[in-house]
Amino acid sequence: MFDASPLNRRNARNEMLVRLLLGAMTGLLVLPVLLILGTLVYKGGPIISFEFLFTSPTNGMTAGGIFPALLGTIFLVLVALLASVPLGVAAAIYLSEYAPDNWFTRAINLAIINLAGVPSIVHALFGVGAFVIFFRFGTSILAASLTLAIMTLPVVIVATRESLQAVPQAFREACWNMGATRWQTIRRVVLPNAVSGILTGVILEVSRTAGETAPIMFTGAAFFLPFLPQSVFDQTMALSLHLFVVSTQVPGMPEELPFGVALVLICMVLAMNSLSIALRMYLRGRKRW
Amino acid sequence: MVTATPDTSEGAASMALPKLQVTDLSIRYGGTAALSDVNLEVREHEIFGIIGPANAGKTSFLKAVNRMDLFNPDMEVGGEVRFNGVDTSRIRNVYGLRRRIGVVFPLPVGLPLSIYDNVALAPRLAGQKDPAELDVIVERCLQRAALWDEVKDRLDSLGSLLSGGQQQRLTIARALSQEPELLMLDEFSIAVDPVTTMRIEDVLKELRQEITIILVTNLVQQARRLADRTAFFLEGRCVEIGATEDLFTGEVRDARTRDYVEGRFG
Repeated sequence: MFDASPLNRRNARNEMLVRLLLGAMTGLLVLPVLLILGTLVYKGGPIISFEFLFTSPTNGMTAGGIFPALLGTIFLVLVALLASVPLGVAAAIYLSEYAPDNWFTRAINLAIINLAGVPSIVHALFGVGAFVIFFRFGTSILAASLTLAIMTLPVVIVATRESLQAVPQAFREACWNMGATRWQTIRRVVLPNAVSGILTGVILEVSRTAGETAPIMFTGAAFFLPFLPQSVFDQTMALSLHLFVVSTQVPGMPEELPFGVALVLICMVLAMNSLSIALRMYLRGRKRW
Repeated sequence: MVTATPDTSEGAASMALPKLQVTDLSIRYGGTAALSDVNLEVREHEIFGIIGPANAGKTSFLKAVNRMDLFNPDMEVGGEVRFNGVDTSRIRNVYGLRRRIGVVFPLPVGLPLSIYDNVALAPRLAGQKDPAELDVIVERCLQRAALWDEVKDRLDSLGSLLSGGQQQRLTIARALSQEPELLMLDEFSIAVDPVTTMRIEDVLKELRQEITIILVTNLVQQARRLADRTAFFLEGRCVEIGATEDLFTGEVRDARTRDYVEGRFG
């Protein structure tokens, strides 16, 4: 009764082949990640030290550390977050909880999707026109961060909107039926249950922001500065631009230095992503329905 | 604003104003009629039963009373619903209206808050901040919903993780915590075991002293046990309204009512 017919055997063989093929594809996908990380650790690992992280570059950037660039990237990301998170979360709450479903709302949603598709170099030129020139911020942390903020706004809006919409509609209606206003419902029931998704979206945004080069290149990041920025109206160095500079612009660069810079940058991004994943797992463990 | 004082121009002098006065009520969803030409009155301090098979428009009726058409742009309500003599379509402060009307729908919704916060939510929305007062309200409402004994030791665990039947009783407790003038129950016993159902029915009988209740049920015997008067809805129309006992003893105007009550279709 359970003897394999020729058809059964052919199905079993196909099953094995498909599984192998799909598995191989997945393996192929992991390969570049491993190669990149492996090369960086192998070639750049030895240069990483306390001095490398916490001193300034010397000798025309061919020696010394990367501290001003590391600090600059952290500044840029923080100021960008301060601008994009309140704006993005507020817009997402409006779009998800208040906006009527009509052509105007749909047009706004479309605009947000398109904003996410604008190439970063275009954002950079917009930043120059709007923040550096029109608002007279000059090339500064503020101008660069605001450019980054505009660029990452769609990510914050979409992540927030999706976490809001993951809260079941029945909860809202139950609240409204008790006489709660929309805002009371959002504050007491919707937001507390969406906050995990919003947080992970924001952290993913941070890691993206940290690696961007084009948008900050013309708006506030400098090749080399002999001093640390004193306010948001100063220019700053940044890891991503620093990597570009030491890899291509400076003759006589020791080979391991660019690899070291790249390793620090990628570790920052990976650390952020891991934090986001850990947070998501922790909050999912406390899921409330 | 909703006001408890009746509109005097309506000739309230002769007899008590009905709690709810429904005139030519029609409800459509995106062009499809769910309810047509319903005329009825719900009197103060009565339990008003609504029976009828699925798709009769019973739930839509409740939604119109609570102005839930505002949640759903597809839902169009025609005709007039007067609550305490006030036309609900003219009430600007719908929050005030909904606070006076407690609703319980067939699918229980335990909000993702603690059990305590679920029941304390409505009083808090109404401005009650005194913890001692809130404790009293929470205990009283959970007692009445026959849930207190099961949850009194874990009031801070999540309401949304209770079992279906417990969530349904939590929903009832929450509706009671609004201290509503009108309580609308839509097939509340669907997720509740028979013993608990009987306990809640006893509570409803007590509550009749204080408030008005509309009881939508697909258990005709439940309507017989509880309702003073009962309406029979069928295919979006109100076929018959009468004293409950008349409906069950065959004193009916429409043969379909008798057939339904006796279980010959449904």
